[in-house]
Amino acid sequence: MRLTRTARVCLVAAVVITACSLAACSPAVSSPETGGSAPAGDSAPGADATTVGVIAVGPKDDFGYNQAVYQGVEALREQFPDLDVLEAYNIPEDDTAATTMESMVAQGATIIFATSYGHLDAAKQVAEAHPEVVVVHQGGLLDPVPANMGTYFGSVFEPVYLAGIAAGAATQTGKLGYVYAIPIPQTLANINAFTLGAQSVRPDVDVTAVSTTSWCDPATQADRVASLLSSGVDVMTQHQDCTKTIIEATEAAGAYTVGYHADASSLAPEGWLTGSEWDWGPLYTDIVQTAIDGDFTGSEYNANYRANMASGKNPFVASAFGPSVTDETKALIAAAAADLEAGGSPFAGPITAQDGTVTVPEGETPPIETIEQMDYFVQGVTGTVS
Amino acid sequence: MIIDILAGAVRGGTSIMYAGLGETISERGGVINLGTEGAMLLGALGGYAVTAETGNPWLGVLGGALAGALLSLVHAVLVVSRRANQFASGLTLYFLALGVTALFGVSYVSQQINAFTPVPVPGLSEIPGIGPILFDHDPLVYIAYVAAPVIWWVLFRTRVGLLVRTAGERTEALEVHGYSVQAVRYCATVAGGALAGIGGAHISIAYANSWFENMIAGRGFIAVALVIFAMWNPIRIMAGAYLFGAALSLASVLQTSGIAVNQFALNAVPFVLTLVVLAVLGRRTMLAAPDELLKVFDNSRTT
Repeated sequence: MRLTRTARVCLVAAVVITACSLAACSPAVSSPETGGSAPAGDSAPGADATTVGVIAVGPKDDFGYNQAVYQGVEALREQFPDLDVLEAYNIPEDDTAATTMESMVAQGATIIFATSYGHLDAAKQVAEAHPEVVVVHQGGLLDPVPANMGTYFGSVFEPVYLAGIAAGAATQTGKLGYVYAIPIPQTLANINAFTLGAQSVRPDVDVTAVSTTSWCDPATQADRVASLLSSGVDVMTQHQDCTKTIIEATEAAGAYTVGYHADASSLAPEGWLTGSEWDWGPLYTDIVQTAIDGDFTGSEYNANYRANMASGKNPFVASAFGPSVTDETKALIAAAAADLEAGGSPFAGPITAQDGTVTVPEGETPPIETIEQMDYFVQGVTGTVS
Repeated sequence: MIIDILAGAVRGGTSIMYAGLGETISERGGVINLGTEGAMLLGALGGYAVTAETGNPWLGVLGGALAGALLSLVHAVLVVSRRANQFASGLTLYFLALGVTALFGVSYVSQQINAFTPVPVPGLSEIPGIGPILFDHDPLVYIAYVAAPVIWWVLFRTRVGLLVRTAGERTEALEVHGYSVQAVRYCATVAGGALAGIGGAHISIAYANSWFENMIAGRGFIAVALVIFAMWNPIRIMAGAYLFGAALSLASVLQTSGIAVNQFALNAVPFVLTLVVLAVLGRRTMLAAPDELLKVFDNSRTT
């Protein structure tokens, strides 16, 4: 059964690859303007849209990334009661994504949100075929950026930095545990931001970062957590797709939990400190409003847009506090949040890597592009990037 | 640190031991079950689901055993009654189990259960070193201590064991004495699947305390390899399972201690270990194999 499914997937992949290469070789059917100037009035992509389409790679109730998309969709419905919002979940990152978006366009959608990293190529195809439709993609990078496209994402490390402050204030032993999957730049930036946040209130803190080399392997997670707890770690956080095993084991050991992706405080009623979670509503709303107004082309969303707390639209936000977080800690976090909102960065120099190299000199702040390519641990992290 | 590694070895090796013991019984009876990974997956989901519904992890163990036995029963029908290729059947059943458990497990992903918790053995758990390594675990770990020698005793010292081994060595002898080879093989295969199911349940209701698709992550295949290099001997299975457990737990403890070792390399340790042992033992492993199994290998070479 599964074998034939694998064969089918291979076949689909072959078809998609062929289609893509054909599309790349043949002259563009329509060549939308690349960049800057807005086309005249009523031909603006997405202008006066009555229908919006949203596709997501997973189920709308996964307690994580895709559920957050669903909540963003609900926010759109609330903000634009007259707007028709089409949604499609469990859309694989293959040709299905393109056909789903095409069918949404056929139903009148003139603004499309493609929300999984692997939907990017399909989104490009659809945008090229329909210059009148705005296609925005969650998390990707475009170069060049067509007049009717854009990508958007949040600064995930900002709330992680704030959560690090809560962890640094809560720890008795000075040892924090970070169970991560794979050392991709986003994860490394998160671990570093968490460490810097903790160091801002407890300079001697140690963050032990251990890898499971898998986005979800609960048994390996259990082993890593047992080992961390036994080494004296009393605050645990993670960057994993499934988080229940880690949070429950931490709670059972009487240690503190910092969450990621979703509010999991129900799994750790005693030890929950805070965490980071998605809130796409305001950003989705603003993108749709900009497009409806006919202002999409040339706007900040007609680019690789990265929201942060300074812009007020970071879709990755701090979770609610748990019972043990003191008012003093909350005040520290509020002060740090105010600094980020005023344009500050967790990675404002000086930043020193594990091996002693100064990666960000005093007085400098790395741009988001640099942070999204981070490939080292900062001082204070125990662990190996390799 | 050594104590952490060894305690982790016992905890992490237990699921592999159950599956390895099950596969030993099955192969001693002449049936190779590459679907062991699938039986563990079904056992993990079955165990989790029953525990979630009843609130009783002991019933969960039963549910896990039944789920694993069920998959192996299908294998037995195919390879014993229908004489299908054992490798093809086992692998296909693994993929089937992978899909089925992913499908039906979705609703349990976010559910919490009343899982097994460590039960320190009074007195013994106080002994420095030995205590935390051997006597501060969940009940399924303790049962495994007993299971390996008991299964050895049954296989090599009882009439039932003799029947199973004869089904794997010399089927004519069974028939001469009026026993049904098929019946014996059915029993051995299903018993093996039940044990693999308990191994899977150990992961979901005593170790990780969660259900997630594909959560066995290759431990069932490790168990199958283990049977070969343990030379179909339950006592060696026990030692081998803890050795694998130690390799798995080494990755955690070294990382936690900040010793700079590439984590992907650390994760490869159990598999490299298997290859090394297979290479060192080489043909000796095949000499120890039940005769009927060698026929399986030969048949599959020509088909």
